[in-house]
Amino acid sequence: MTTRKVLVVAEHDHVSIRMATRNTVTAALACGDEVHVLVAGDNASEAAQAAARVHGVSKVLHADALSLAEGLAENLAAQVLALAPHYGYILFPATSSGKNVAPCVAALLDVAQISDVVRVVSSDTFERPIYAGNAIATVQSSDPVKVITVRPTAFDAASAEGGTACIEPLDAVADSGLSAFVERFVATNDRPELAGARIVVSGGRALGSSEKFLDVLTPLADKLGAALGASRAAVDAGYAPNDWQVGQTGKIVAPQLYIACGISGAIQHQAGMKDSRVIVAINKDPDAPIFEIADYGLEADLFDAVPQLVAAL
Amino acid sequence: MKALVAVKRVVDFNVKIRVKPDGSGVDLAGAKMSMNPFDEIAIEEAVRLKEKGVLSEVIAVSCGVGACKDTLRAAMAIGADRGILVETDVELQPLAVAKLLKALVDREQPQLVILGKQAIDGDCNQTGQMLAALAGLPQATFASKVEIADGRATVTREVDGGLETLRLTLPAVITTDLRLNEPRYATLPNIMKAKSKPLDTVTPAQLGVDVAPRLRTIRIVEPAKRSAGIKVPDIATLIAKLKNEAKVI
Repeated sequence: MTTRKVLVVAEHDHVSIRMATRNTVTAALACGDEVHVLVAGDNASEAAQAAARVHGVSKVLHADALSLAEGLAENLAAQVLALAPHYGYILFPATSSGKNVAPCVAALLDVAQISDVVRVVSSDTFERPIYAGNAIATVQSSDPVKVITVRPTAFDAASAEGGTACIEPLDAVADSGLSAFVERFVATNDRPELAGARIVVSGGRALGSSEKFLDVLTPLADKLGAALGASRAAVDAGYAPNDWQVGQTGKIVAPQLYIACGISGAIQHQAGMKDSRVIVAINKDPDAPIFEIADYGLEADLFDAVPQLVAAL
Repeated sequence: MKALVAVKRVVDFNVKIRVKPDGSGVDLAGAKMSMNPFDEIAIEEAVRLKEKGVLSEVIAVSCGVGACKDTLRAAMAIGADRGILVETDVELQPLAVAKLLKALVDREQPQLVILGKQAIDGDCNQTGQMLAALAGLPQATFASKVEIADGRATVTREVDGGLETLRLTLPAVITTDLRLNEPRYATLPNIMKAKSKPLDTVTPAQLGVDVAPRLRTIRIVEPAKRSAGIKVPDIATLIAKLKNEAKVI
């Protein structure tokens, strides 16, 4: 028997759910006709309540225990697996957390996983980018359960309000004892989150140092209320933190406006930003590949142009 | 302490791939093939752990066609002690590779399995996690720092928003991110030496694994092309365009 019920595994911080979860709900509504959301956390009732308000969600399953506090893969996978028999689809956002856990669930169910889905073609057919987004594959799954990670930027976020789902408490699985959380360093600032920002200001190796990276780009990001991003070259050189990397193997972003400053635009970088609505490139190399995809290109030294832009805005 | 490291033969990351016009796939005829960059980082990490005296043996494994032997020789030139090729012409999907690796984990009993976090061809990011789940081992994906001591692995991971550290019991599965290390260049003497290191070949059937693909690829097409826009002469024009034409600021 195939069921068209969909389970979305929420990404949350125990008090709210992340936007990527709402993007995933939209993909879920394209797969099936009844969408449930699993909130597995520790003291996460507020997150469960937030999930219940998301438009299109008909039930929230809430598992609460210390073993689920840090999203450890072994425990979270076991929690999802316990629910799996009731669903035809299990969807995760393709975030670092979703990518970490989804394949465990798929393997234990002995089904293929479909990664980074950008379009639901039909109930068993999906589109996903391969080769750094240089090709789009249409794949068909005959597995009884489809385990999927959803590329958040490819689906509009379901409305955060308007839903009136019931919340059903679940027994939490026991701690596997295999792994333990030690610590987490998450940079806190007032900027929007890179993955969901409306505007992204991104810098490349041309910035020359971490000091200059911040000195030059921060005023522009502040003025525009933008998130900061970076090319792999800038991250590898130590000019910007790891989690700012935009590209094939870093963050995939699709903001309304992406401003690339001193980024040449290797295909691996383009894979992470070419779905942005408007791309601006500022680069002094007239042959930089970034100009081939930029809506507006400014051939200029970024150290002159960016401060001028800040002053003129 | 042994480590098993999985290495995949993929199209070189510098190659601009071409999608076949009939939608049947990607044209790799004559394209330069190399070791998946994340797997190179995995081998390098294992070799460094051996050089520190943490590991006694590094076994490289590759699954696929006969030409994967080149990838294994490249791994041995970096410092792997021996290689295992699981040879098949079947298109291998991540679940099948995870099952093959699970069979080899059962046979070799490594304390550590290190894989790249994703391959740059399929961009799946699945195999390491699937292996961990199938083998019942703890996992730390997207590693940027690995320390092994007292029968445990302490791994710092690159996650959305920052870094996170986990402690795993051994044996464990680790997948590598970009910043874990910078792989060395294989020297000519080491390339020569790698040619005489042991390389075993097994088949999926010998490992008792059904590798038939689960997902059917219906077609592969080029993504919608984004055409180049215009060059603007100055900041004033740029701002005017963003305000009046694109309406994004």
